[in-house]
Amino acid sequence: MATVELRFSAQPEHVRTARLVAAAVARRVGVDEAVLDEVRLAVGEACSRAVGLHLSNGLTAPVRVVLTEEEKSFSIEVGDEVPGPSGGTVPGLQAALDPDGDTEDEMGLAVISGLVDDVEVISGEAGGTIRMSWPVSGPGGGELP
Amino acid sequence: MDLSLSTRTVGDRTVVEVGGEIDVYTAPKLREQLVELVNDGSYHLVVDMERVDFLDSTGLGVLVGGLKRVRAHEGSLRLVCNQERILKIFRITGLTKVFPIHTTVEDAVAATD
Repeated sequence: MATVELRFSAQPEHVRTARLVAAAVARRVGVDEAVLDEVRLAVGEACSRAVGLHLSNGLTAPVRVVLTEEEKSFSIEVGDEVPGPSGGTVPGLQAALDPDGDTEDEMGLAVISGLVDDVEVISGEAGGTIRMSWPVSGPGGGELP
Repeated sequence: MDLSLSTRTVGDRTVVEVGGEIDVYTAPKLREQLVELVNDGSYHLVVDMERVDFLDSTGLGVLVGGLKRVRAHEGSLRLVCNQERILKIFRITGLTKVFPIHTTVEDAVAATD
């Protein structure tokens, strides 16, 4: 079962809320302090992308964020409900920097793939999911001062 | 925290001081500001990011868009940033090769290369 699950209507102003929640939960389950900025940024990128996909496809469904504490890791799944190959594969830097391309979506994925070692982009009929995970050092962020 | 924007002119450069969070919600305000400056004939921009707390790819996209606009007028767009967590985003996207990044506004304003 998810540690924390969040659903928000696909509007840009709520992405910040998702970032704050994800960072708070990550801190609580013991993700290293130095990595929290990366968690915040990666979740923001994944949520921005999902919001963009919902808006551009006229979907009113919410964006779903599932935060799960596992034995030695912390995982975050951001799901959209846009079916088909929208998820695709994580493109390389070249795709992100293609001056002729619609760069924002690709750049978001490039940021995620540059930040997170363990990332998976899944695309299916029910929608796409970006799954990311980070190692956990221990409850409360490791050693006490 | 919302986005704060202020502009001032230093010689032939326009310094845009940005503060707060640049994300999918606030980036359009920065885009509007940059578009407005270019439309008004300011083609040499310095974007001071020292007070930016958060930057994502939407913000990067806006900065790249600004760069394309000023370059169309043979202008320049320079960044001022010393914050490691912001610089990291430019590095992982390869944009350190695209933007001149300075440590102080004075350096950016004086730069001519």
